[in-house]
Amino acid sequence: MATIVKEKVSGVEVPVEHKKALNRTHRQNALFGYGFMAPQLIGLILFMLGPLIMAVVYAFANYDGFSPMSFAGLDNFVWVFTDPQILTSMGNTLWFTVLQVPGLMISAFLAAYFLQKAGPMKGVYRVFFFAPVVTSSVAVAAIWLLLFNPELSPVNSALASIGITAPDWLQNPATVIPSIALVSIWQGLGYQMVMFMAGLENVPKSLLEAADIDGASEWQRMRKITIPLLSPTILFLSITGIIGSFQVFDYIYVFFDTTAPAAARTIVYEIVQVAFREFNFGRGAALALVLFLILLAVTGLQLLAQKRWVHYTE
Amino acid sequence: MTTIARDLSVKAVEAAAHEGEVPTERQPFKWTRIPLHLVLIVGAALMFIPFVWMISSSFKPLDEIFKQPPTLFPVAPTLVNYQTAFGTGTFLQSFFNSFYIAAVVTVVSLLTCAMAAYAFARLSFPGNNLLFGLFLATMMVPMQLTIIPLYTIMGWFQLIDTHAAIILPAALFNAFGVFLLRQYVRGIPLELEEAAAIDGASRIKIFTTMILPLLRTPMVALGIFVFLGQWNSFFYPLIFLNTDTLFTLPLWVNQFKGQYSADWGGLMAATTLAAVPFLIVFIIAQRQIVEGIALSGSKT
Repeated sequence: MATIVKEKVSGVEVPVEHKKALNRTHRQNALFGYGFMAPQLIGLILFMLGPLIMAVVYAFANYDGFSPMSFAGLDNFVWVFTDPQILTSMGNTLWFTVLQVPGLMISAFLAAYFLQKAGPMKGVYRVFFFAPVVTSSVAVAAIWLLLFNPELSPVNSALASIGITAPDWLQNPATVIPSIALVSIWQGLGYQMVMFMAGLENVPKSLLEAADIDGASEWQRMRKITIPLLSPTILFLSITGIIGSFQVFDYIYVFFDTTAPAAARTIVYEIVQVAFREFNFGRGAALALVLFLILLAVTGLQLLAQKRWVHYTE
Repeated sequence: MTTIARDLSVKAVEAAAHEGEVPTERQPFKWTRIPLHLVLIVGAALMFIPFVWMISSSFKPLDEIFKQPPTLFPVAPTLVNYQTAFGTGTFLQSFFNSFYIAAVVTVVSLLTCAMAAYAFARLSFPGNNLLFGLFLATMMVPMQLTIIPLYTIMGWFQLIDTHAAIILPAALFNAFGVFLLRQYVRGIPLELEEAAAIDGASRIKIFTTMILPLLRTPMVALGIFVFLGQWNSFFYPLIFLNTDTLFTLPLWVNQFKGQYSADWGGLMAATTLAAVPFLIVFIIAQRQIVEGIALSGSKT
């Protein structure tokens, strides 16, 4: 009788022969694992982790991209938090977020809510609402540059015909950020609308009908049933929405090129100016790092706060 | 956050997929629906009028553009604005550049993401979970932070002012794509692979003949998302490209705006040339495109 030598492999007794085979598959698995990973792993190291470490180093250095680097201590961060224009730009970015994020979410929700009831016409309306989403932000900005021009704007003349004096849109420091928020809402609406529609699709009809029978008004049903059930969608859109709004740049660059007035400049606009026009990589990296930390903090807070108001059905 | 993202995007796709398939039973005409449709028509018009204005202005002579009150349709239509736009000499080149960059990035990125997704989902190797965690963590990093050192790195490889500077980072690193496809690989029954392995199929054969075809739906969605992202991208090309023959469409429009700042008709013609081709594609394939973007949810 042949004795089969047994050994324990992760708690299970297996013949030694099998164990060798298993080891071979383990090695093979690892080999294939790294092989399959290789292209994205190279990308991760070369285009993400490497640059991330370098950016942190730059943030503490005097560096113009060409001359030798020197240690700058906290100088770049002191600049970030004391330069009056940077502080203004941070304020502008925050003001933009305050206007754009709720404005976008409320209008997208309303559009989804109405569209949901539109029956067979749903698809047709959706094309119109979604068209700006697939258009490049540069083309969108070029169109709105025309619509905002006081001399030739059809918007202004339409407002004038009903007796409203149109604002100076991009020319007035008080209206420039709201105007950019308006463009951004116009372009982003379709995307959030589609996400809300998917959420609405999952609100059980039986629940709404039951509430209807119990005499709940449309508004009560929305407040007590629809919105709580949509809370995961609202959380997701508010997280991605805030991240996106903090990075607003394209419209401003197309509207004003490199000469944006103080009231129109945002954090990312400053990063591009300081890093790629003044070639001050140190300051650019410090400002970008601060932006990253702000985004981490805001997202972290939202995730912490979700326990209080987000309902998961499954 | 990422699980919510996936959860939602999957729901979005399911919802979008069901719509249209389900035979909508003929609803009786209700007068009460008229206000609803009025609201929606006004909304849709607000979304679409800027495009109409763009196209109509592109056919107007300059004096008509300045006319008050403005005319919706050109009284004296002209092609002079398109002559100006084509007169830059780089429109077709920019169109080709945009298409070429978007296509290469999409194909390479889909393949490498699927490969990495398969490795993460099915192959145990030391550091699997740690690496996957790293991929996820990087999704929070804003591109404005990494682009500054990336400029240095591209300088080392002599790639500044080349298409490679845009293609390589996008094609070889897409954490969201890896994450999305990994979720789908995990949903494929393991027995399928085991059966194939017993029949003697190699890992590579299993991946190419079994996994890739089963990933078709999420890969199409991700592909649309990646292609559109590249086609419309402004930030990376703006930083890395200086030569106008290398420009992508958004850069071409932006350059036109800078050079012909007073020529509104020309700018609208240029914008129309840049925007309308994809809008036509969108109208034809709207269901797939909306689904693709909803699925690929988070804007990474």
